[in-house]
This record gives sequence, C-alpha cells and structure tokens, in this order.
Amino acid sequence: MMTDINSVTALWWAVIFSGFYHGINPGMGWPLAVSAALMERKRAAMSKALAMLALGHFLAMIGILLPFTLMIILVQWEIEIRIGAGLLVIAMGVYLLINRKHPRFLARVRPSRLVLWSFLAAMAHGAGLMLIPIFFGICSVGVEESGHQAAKTLMGSNILTAFTVAVIHTLSMTIAGGTIAIIIYFWLGLKFLSRTWFNLDMFWALSLVVVGAFGIYAAYSGH
Amino acid sequence: MNLRPDPTFHASPKLAMEAPVENYAFTVMLSPDGTQSDGIAVVDLKVGSDTYGEIVHQVIVPNKGDEFHHFGWNACSSSLSPLSGHAFLERRYLIVPGIRSSRIYIIDVKEPLKAKIHKTIEPEELFSKTGYSRPHTIHCGPEGIYVSCLGGGGEDGTEGPPGIFIMDCETFEIIGRYEMDRGKQDKHYDFWWNLPQNYMVSSEWGLPPQFENGIVPEDLLSNKYGHSIHFWDLRARKNIQTMDFGEQYQMALEIRPAHDPSKSYGFCGVVVDTTNLQGAIFTWWRDEDGVWQSKKTITIDPVPADPDDLPDLLKGFGAVPPLVTDIDLSLDDKYLYVACWGLGEMHQYDVTDPMNPVLAGKVELGGIVANHKHLNGKDFAFGPQMVEISRDGKRVYWTNSLYSTWDDQFYPGDEGGQMVMANVAEDGGFALDKEFYIDFPKGLRAHQIRLEGGDCSTDSFCYPSV
Repeated sequence: MMTDINSVTALWWAVIFSGFYHGINPGMGWPLAVSAALMERKRAAMSKALAMLALGHFLAMIGILLPFTLMIILVQWEIEIRIGAGLLVIAMGVYLLINRKHPRFLARVRPSRLVLWSFLAAMAHGAGLMLIPIFFGICSVGVEESGHQAAKTLMGSNILTAFTVAVIHTLSMTIAGGTIAIIIYFWLGLKFLSRTWFNLDMFWALSLVVVGAFGIYAAYSGH
Repeated sequence: MNLRPDPTFHASPKLAMEAPVENYAFTVMLSPDGTQSDGIAVVDLKVGSDTYGEIVHQVIVPNKGDEFHHFGWNACSSSLSPLSGHAFLERRYLIVPGIRSSRIYIIDVKEPLKAKIHKTIEPEELFSKTGYSRPHTIHCGPEGIYVSCLGGGGEDGTEGPPGIFIMDCETFEIIGRYEMDRGKQDKHYDFWWNLPQNYMVSSEWGLPPQFENGIVPEDLLSNKYGHSIHFWDLRARKNIQTMDFGEQYQMALEIRPAHDPSKSYGFCGVVVDTTNLQGAIFTWWRDEDGVWQSKKTITIDPVPADPDDLPDLLKGFGAVPPLVTDIDLSLDDKYLYVACWGLGEMHQYDVTDPMNPVLAGKVELGGIVANHKHLNGKDFAFGPQMVEISRDGKRVYWTNSLYSTWDDQFYPGDEGGQMVMANVAEDGGFALDKEFYIDFPKGLRAHQIRLEGGDCSTDSFCYPSV
C-alpha cells in the first residue's frame, strides 16, 4: 500500500516535472511570449500570449491522452496496450533522432495564431506522447486501489485523470516558460534570449525513448 | 547543428549594432565578358592587420560566364524567430547565384582564408524544379532560404512569370516555388520582409531581354520596365496588394524595410523618372486600415551636361541622370544611403522621420561626366553602386559596377573594379577613408559586398530594438 502511494506521488511529480521540461524548451513557445510583449509594447500582451500557448498545449495533451483513455477500457488487453504505447513513444523518439529537421509546416502558421502554433508544435515534437506512460502508471495504480469497479465508473475516473494530468502538466509548463519569459523581459533583456537557448533536440528525443522504455517496464512490473 | 545559437545571430537590430565589428568582407568579382571565371574576394577588415584593406583570399569558380551579382547567407538572425525554436544553424555558407548562367554556388566561408566551394547547383536543376531562371536576391526565412529569380522558363526567361523559390538551408536542395497566388506580379527583382508582422515586399526590374544585352532605350522611354511593388501575406504565400508608383517611375529596385520589426514601413529606390530624369525614393507604410500606402519622399535632380561628354545613350537628353541603383538602411533605421551611380555620388539621408528624409552627407566619387577622383588621387571607374553598411553603422563600403552590359553603355571605355570605404561621423555626415581603396584583379569588376557576421541588407530581426 505504501509503495502504491509513493509511486502515485512520484508519477504526479513526473507530470509536473514534464511540464517544467516542456516549458523551458524554446520550441514550446516561451520566446513568443517575450516577442508579443515587445512587439505590442505592453506587458499584458505577454500574459495573453502565454494563455494562448497554454491552451494550444493543453489541447495537444488532451488530444493524445483521451484516445488512450478510451483504449484502456479494454482491461484484458491492458498490458499489450501499455507496451504498444511505450513502443510508440520510443518510435517517436527514434524518429526525432533520425529526422533532425524542423517540421516545415510549422513555418506556414501565421505569427498571430498562437493556439494553433502551440498545438502543432506540441504534436510535432511528441510532447503529448511523453505523458502517456506516466498517465498509464497513474491509472493502473488507481485500478488496483479501487478493485473491480464497473467499467463505466473506471472510464469516468480515467477521463477525469486524463484531464487532471493535462491541466497540471500545462500549468507547470506555463509556469516554467512564463518564468523564463518574464525574467528575460523585465530583467535580463533580449541578449539573454539567445544565450538561454540550448539545443534540446537530441535530449528531447532521448527523453521520449527513456519515457517509452519506462512505460514498457512499468507495464511488465504491474505498476 | 550547434548546441547554442550562432553568436552572430542577434535578437534585435540594436544587439547586432553592439556586437563585435566585422573582420572580413566578401565581395563579388565578375568578369564582364565571361573570359575569366567569376569569384568571391575575401577582404581583410581587421583593423591593425598587416593586410588590412587587401584581398587576402579568392574563391574562383570553375565555370565561366556566370555573372555574379547579389548573394547572401544560408542563415541569419531570423533563426532566432520565436516561431522556429530551432536557432542552431550556423552562419557559414554564402549562396552565390550566377544571374547569367542560373548556376548557384554554395561557398563555405567558415574559415574565411580557406573559403571554398561546398556545392554547385546546376542550372538544369533550377529550371526543372522551379521553372525560374536568373537567381538573384537571397534571404533566410521561415522555411529555408528564399531566392528571387529575374527570369521565368525558356531560353530567354520569358516563358511564365519569374518569382521566388525556396531552398533547404542545410542540404541546399531546391524545394520549389514560393508563390501560391502571385496576383499581378509578372516581373521580379528584390524582396524583403517583416517576419513577425508576416508581410513581404517584392520589386521589379525587367524581364531578361530587357537587361541581359544592355538597357533597351525604347523600353525605357515607353515605360516598360517595372514600376510596381507587391505586398504579400508571407505565410499564406499570397500577393495581397500591388502598388503602382506610376509608369514613369522606371525600375523600382531595392526594398529596404525598417530593421526594427515593430515598425511597418520601408523604402524603395527608383532608378529613373522618365519624365524628368530624376532619381526617386518612395517611403511605403501600412496605414491604420491595414492598407499599404506610399509617397515619394526623396528626389534627386539630373545634372545638365554637354552632349559631347555623354555616352550615346544619353546624348539626346543633355543631362546626367542620377541613376539611383542601390540603397541601404543602417540598422538603427536612421540613415539611408543612396547610390547615384550616374552622377558619381553617394548620399546619406537622415530618415529618422521616414516621411521627411533630410540630406545629411554626400561623397563624390566617379560619375559619367564629373569623374571625381578618390581622395588618394586614384581613379574610380563608373560610379558608387552596391553599398553595404557595417552593423554598428560607422563604416560604409561600396563598389562600382552595376551590371556588365549596362556599365558598358553608361560608361563606354571605362573599366575596373574598386571597393572603397567611408567613415560616418557621430552626428551624421560621412567622408571617404583615404587609405581604404581596393583595386580588383585586372579584368574583374566588383559588385555586392557581404560582411562577416551579417550586415545591413542580410539579417532579418524578429524582436524590436529596446
């Protein structure tokens, strides 16, 4: 029982941590918040931009989590589904490792369409996939705790979990990205925009592989 | 791919101005009659260096008859666009098109003294992938490198309209045409944009038969060269407004938007007004309703001359037209430099108020009739032409050739390639540097200059100067 609570806590921390991780990646949009405030010459533009980026990111997360939520209703296939999902996450990571090109279609999005941009950027980078193994972990612990619930109740609670995961993740992403944007805008200045910019491409792709592998391991070990 | 953004990428024009100064210049060398190969001269600009102001390396291409003209970088400050998130390209390669051959060379200048050809794109590849020919202006943009072409398909480049194509900025593969809806655009020359505001502006010179074998006087007098500029929705790839300056404003060439991306205005130079031989600069801007407007804000008068002193082309007019062939705007959007290639003058305008430019300085050098000598007593062939400003705005470099066949018409008998530099005073005004004078290798002329680490006509900035 203690282990379960511990692992649930750890998994929720993973949701928060992954949010921070996505947030500091300039590829998820914090530089857009800085540029919005500077271009419009008003601070309020920054919070508006952050809100739009957050909405796009949230939609991308929930867009990935919900289909998997529906799938795990097939309880008897749970292990297979979780392994399949883990493999999918690994495959995305490997794809990003091999194909190092920036997705070109993102360049067709107008600078004013921040929600769309954020949604597509998260999709293209497999940001939502990174949450799947963590999400499954949380759901499966829940199953053990609640025993043999009716499928319908289980489903309802999983959907609730999916939304909670997406909200908490997006919130922590926005806090991380927003903090960097605010520090650069108010204190450090634009010079630090390029200085704080690290190439996370390789690390990001590897993260997907690691998270996917964790998902498969967790499926086997029954967490 | 770098782990950090290239140190020559700057978020704002102001940061670029504060960055270390240029150590090298890259200047086009062209053989006007195609008897020699064209090349890129690497000029030492390190103050205090023993070879300061000398050509210290040359990249000579294997082919002849390319006719180099304009060129640009594979990557610039536009990589820091907040929409890209991948600022890790290197500013390392120069994209050098031949406007006569349609061949494109990619030159690796990572080590300027060992600069070498990295890749060559043959004309056939350009023709088959884009249907365009005579590649010209280079800018690095949202999906790769954008290249404007002066010609369409076919032998003389008149089958289909000319336009812009996109090239991958790492592999240098040609991706394809840019335009989805070109509207009235049927000629091409220069283009530039404002990336955060999502607009592009393009201009018109003329179709290849109107320039390749020299200027066609009948076409000029019947106002058949370009006199419109086009405004585009950059990401939608759509021409949203064509602005006709009026048919007498022949050859609307260089497009210079304000560098600060929070501003929505820019300039365009017009070579000649056929009603009075004036040179003109138009200021264009977007009004409150989102409609593009323009106004002629600078005119430069022709100078009367004895027909005996004039080339055949101009005898009938009894005057030297200024011939505004290039303009360049300093990174602080303060000074606009205007090359008056016919008069033999370089003008400096204070454009702090873009609607009311004020002449702040003038340098006389060369010229069809005036033929001013350099301060050092040496001759300057032709007149001031391609101009480039250092990032800090303190030095202005320029060369003298316009375009092989046109040089010969306006300056018959003149020959030579020169590059000079002028120092800009704190409060405006500028003067030639007596020591800086580069005479190009015999038989080669000089055209566009690019400065190591970026200059005032390459980098597109994505954040305002604050």
